[in-house]
Amino acid sequence: MDSIYLDNAATTPVSDSVLSAMQPYFSEKFGNPSSIYKIGQKAKSTLENSREEAAKLLGASPKEIIFTSGATESNNLALKGVAFHWSQNLGIKPHIIISSIEHHSILDTAEYLEKSFGFELTKLPVSEEGIVNPRELEKVIKENTVIVSIMYGNNEVGSIQPIQELSQIIKKANEKRENKIVFHTDAVQAYQYLDCDVQDLGVDMLSLTAHKFYGPKGVGLLYVKSGTKFLPQQQGGAQERRQRAGTENVPYIVGMVEAMKNAKKTGKEIADLRDYLIERVTKEIPDVILTGPQIGENRLPHIASFIFQKIEGESILINLDLLGIAASSGSACTSGSLASSHVLTAMGYDDLLAHGSIRFSLGKMNSRDDIDEMMKHLPQIVEKLRGMSPIK
Amino acid sequence: MADMYSKEVMDHFMNPRNVGEIKDASGVGEKGNPTCGDIMRMFIKVGKKPSSGGQGMEEVIEDIKFQTFGCGAAVATSSMITEMVIGKTLEEAEKISNNQVAEALGGLPPIKMHCSNLAADALHDAIENYKKSK
Repeated sequence: MDSIYLDNAATTPVSDSVLSAMQPYFSEKFGNPSSIYKIGQKAKSTLENSREEAAKLLGASPKEIIFTSGATESNNLALKGVAFHWSQNLGIKPHIIISSIEHHSILDTAEYLEKSFGFELTKLPVSEEGIVNPRELEKVIKENTVIVSIMYGNNEVGSIQPIQELSQIIKKANEKRENKIVFHTDAVQAYQYLDCDVQDLGVDMLSLTAHKFYGPKGVGLLYVKSGTKFLPQQQGGAQERRQRAGTENVPYIVGMVEAMKNAKKTGKEIADLRDYLIERVTKEIPDVILTGPQIGENRLPHIASFIFQKIEGESILINLDLLGIAASSGSACTSGSLASSHVLTAMGYDDLLAHGSIRFSLGKMNSRDDIDEMMKHLPQIVEKLRGMSPIK
Repeated sequence: MADMYSKEVMDHFMNPRNVGEIKDASGVGEKGNPTCGDIMRMFIKVGKKPSSGGQGMEEVIEDIKFQTFGCGAAVATSSMITEMVIGKTLEEAEKISNNQVAEALGGLPPIKMHCSNLAADALHDAIENYKKSK
């Protein structure tokens, strides 16, 4: 049996057009954009063309795009850059607001700033469906709030956050403030399916990484609205308008922009497939909980995650893996920490339930056949593991 | 994912030995932690056999069954320890450590050594439960 890949929220394969767009920039057009001779300047113009295209796709201007090594760097740069600007340049103890379901690259960075630098941190609660209530944000904004970072679409349960409404609240709070609160969103899971025009969203900063939408790993960007103050977190060169030192990764940047261009911005087909998966799993397996929003506009088209009660996620995944089926678990056993998913516990699930979660995430290679094949096995796997469980 | 475990772990995980419960168990033990996502329950049936020294009788584990909620390592260690202790005296069974179980399985990934390697603790809990109820 061929393998079935149902973990597209983890990463996606590089598409053919992306790979061929990148190809010339490894050995042939290999120049360093900072060099003044011809091949350097050619690389420079490729870089700037890419920047222009990326900016256009986001409704931004080119000087607002900083290329990075991926969303983890972008998220680190956003939080640390803004917070340190306030603490070091303005002498204000920064207060950071995030949601309680952020990706670890936001969550861990914010907690690091809290623990190591004494910055203040507020984590906004979410509903049972994994959605932040904008009223809650209104309540926690303080005089020293410097940045609010709320992800666009959640990677574990697929809940879409009300970014525009949150933006309105921040804009209103900013009306009477001298030092404006920066609004950042991690749009990693959302980019290929949802509108990511920064004007429409009303964000000051936005993080992307290429490998979630058929681009290469190790390249991403941070949009920074002009006028937004932050301290660069990497010293060493004048690249990226002195905002991110280091030789620009030209082939990967070209690849990312090609992948951005290819993103369809519609998830209709994927959403139909997801709904088919949800229907089959919830109908054919007893004691299953679909986590996150119910089917509809608040759910990312490619993510469906479930809790299989009374059993543990990793044991399901190993059984699937042996059959050549790749999915992932909110269960921490696999990710190298012992705690259960902070996303599911924030949504109100207890530890035992949270340990029984499996996420399926779909991509353009998937078809109904994949779901049908997977569903030939999943009910039996669940039944077998439940037979072993001490929880009745 | 299956690749992170040894052949022995995968064998015990996919074909676990002695799964189930003993209705009239002499002792029942439980170890684990919902936070870590592992819960193991051990049922033992204690019997007597002539002691190896030839004098009197000693208590042995005649039968053992387990139920486990947990990852591959949790299931495999539970299964492995049931094979290791059947027919052993209580004294011998009490000496078996979590590490010995992991060794018998050809080792466990480091992250699993703490979270999922609790089968010996669950067994010892069952023996203690039996002794208290005597």
